[in-house]
Amino acid sequence: MLAVELDGKPVLGQLVGDLPCEQISAPQALEDYLREHGFGRVAKRLSSSGVIDVVATAAPGIDDIVVLGKIKALERSGEWDVIVVDGPAAGHAITFLTSAAGLQDAVRGGPVRAQADDVMELLHDPERSQVVLVTLPETTPVNEVVETAYALEDRVGVRLGAVVVNNVDGPAGGGRVPDPDTADLAGVAEAELLRQAAAFRRSRRRMQDDEIARLSAELALEQWHLPQLAAAGLGRADIVELADALRRAP
Amino acid sequence: MTSATLDGALEGADVIVCCGSGGVGKTTTAAVIGLAAALSGRRAVVVTIDPARRLADALGLTDGLAGEPQRIDLADAPGELWAMMLDTSAAFDALVRRNAGDADQAERILGNAFYRNISGSLSGTQEYMAAETLHQLHGDERFDLVVVDTPPSRNALDFLDASGVLARFLDHRLFKLLMLPARRGMRVVNAATQPLMRAIGKVVGSEVLADAVAFFQAFAGMEGGFRQRAESVIGLLRSDATRYVVVASPHRDTVTEAVWFVGQLADKGIVRVAGVANRVHPMFGPGSAGDAHDRAAAASGDVAELWRNVAELRARGEAARAELAPFAELLGGGPLVEVPLLDGDVHDLDGLDEIRRHLFAAP
Repeated sequence: MLAVELDGKPVLGQLVGDLPCEQISAPQALEDYLREHGFGRVAKRLSSSGVIDVVATAAPGIDDIVVLGKIKALERSGEWDVIVVDGPAAGHAITFLTSAAGLQDAVRGGPVRAQADDVMELLHDPERSQVVLVTLPETTPVNEVVETAYALEDRVGVRLGAVVVNNVDGPAGGGRVPDPDTADLAGVAEAELLRQAAAFRRSRRRMQDDEIARLSAELALEQWHLPQLAAAGLGRADIVELADALRRAP
Repeated sequence: MTSATLDGALEGADVIVCCGSGGVGKTTTAAVIGLAAALSGRRAVVVTIDPARRLADALGLTDGLAGEPQRIDLADAPGELWAMMLDTSAAFDALVRRNAGDADQAERILGNAFYRNISGSLSGTQEYMAAETLHQLHGDERFDLVVVDTPPSRNALDFLDASGVLARFLDHRLFKLLMLPARRGMRVVNAATQPLMRAIGKVVGSEVLADAVAFFQAFAGMEGGFRQRAESVIGLLRSDATRYVVVASPHRDTVTEAVWFVGQLADKGIVRVAGVANRVHPMFGPGSAGDAHDRAAAASGDVAELWRNVAELRARGEAARAELAPFAELLGGGPLVEVPLLDGDVHDLDGLDEIRRHLFAAP
């Protein structure tokens, strides 16, 4: 398996440890692309002088399409069984994945058009690609993921896999919390503190359960829940624990 | 818990810029700062780039946020609170109209297909227009404080550089190359026959290139006005009248971004920076997670389970504080104000006011 990180700070590489990980940045991909298409040695100068910015803007989506083109080439190389791409955040995810369709409309021929056609073929083939959406059990992230799912289905036509709900405080992430109103706290000096903490936890859990229920109602996709971890920064051990949780997911 | 507040950051400020990565509560923080200012008698306008429906609802704006400032109904505030959403394309259009030599030139630019693409999507346009809009509002007599919520990207502070986005845009080689034939009075088609242009045309398509050439030629003569304007925006943003609030939540990636922002500001000589740490797990009492575990082990039944709950919550609180440590350290003398994770969502003015009481000392 290959992990691919887009334009990132190199976080994914640290998390996956020894697993192969590739970085693809849009400016670099565009520079490479131009070098391969008639700009030769001036490609570097074009990018540092800002011309690439303008080329990228003149044909919106061209930087996205060259990145997707690189991913397609990795897929076509046959070297990997599965390639996991850490995609852009909600708003940009839609423009990113619609870039191919947009360019197909705008550009009638030439290498960019051919690239867009190949990428569309990849995105439309449920055997070759799918999108896994990731969200949190909170109002705004759930709204965003529902909107994103519909937009991807309508405008890209890509296969949607499961929705991962991250940071779930549930049986796996913590035990039963007794009702503070009925718990027997006679003679306990810190009764008030215990009650406040229990009320807080129960209220957060209610909010979370409501949001998960709303997500199920609004999106007919399988859900995989990842437990909330009380850790400062995720380390390799946490990643293994979360991977186990995913494997156990229904 | 810290006892720091944002009161000092607000004092004597004309402009407050909130920065940080996405999803850390930056927009809410901006709205709360505006609310606090209005409650202390100032006339504040909050500019957000976040189209979040929830903020509009919380402010009581049933039709959502508009591209023009709207007054928020605050029953007995001595000051005023206004809010608006940044419309990048509209702000760019207005800038073109103000700088154009005549209505004809403005229309030629506004109607150009290449312009329509860049006004909405050229990297940095949004950041630059946020700066432009706040400069405009700063000069507006209706307001004495502008609070701006920046885009959630590392480029958010690009406009602080004299060689910022717009200058780079105007100075780049393609622009000069394209302007050359115009200055010699040659026709657009000649530009497109140059080898470099031919190559670009091959990549992006010749229609796109023709639009770009037409745009740059229509733009001729306006660079001076744009550049002057950019300098004056930068002057305001680097003056003592502008204060910066860097927002983070207790996650490693948002803390990394916050630390990066503070460093960027310091590089530009801006050191009066306040920090806000949002959604920090409360600790429930003075002890540690370990203490609560010991209490759980010594108890039984409901009491044991309730202590275990406290232990789990404190473990999250301790993890959150460990994540935030590099941010707190970096701010040095500047305040880092903690807002606890609340047990509900912010969906009305009362919710914003609850956060305000965490950020400010004033009642």
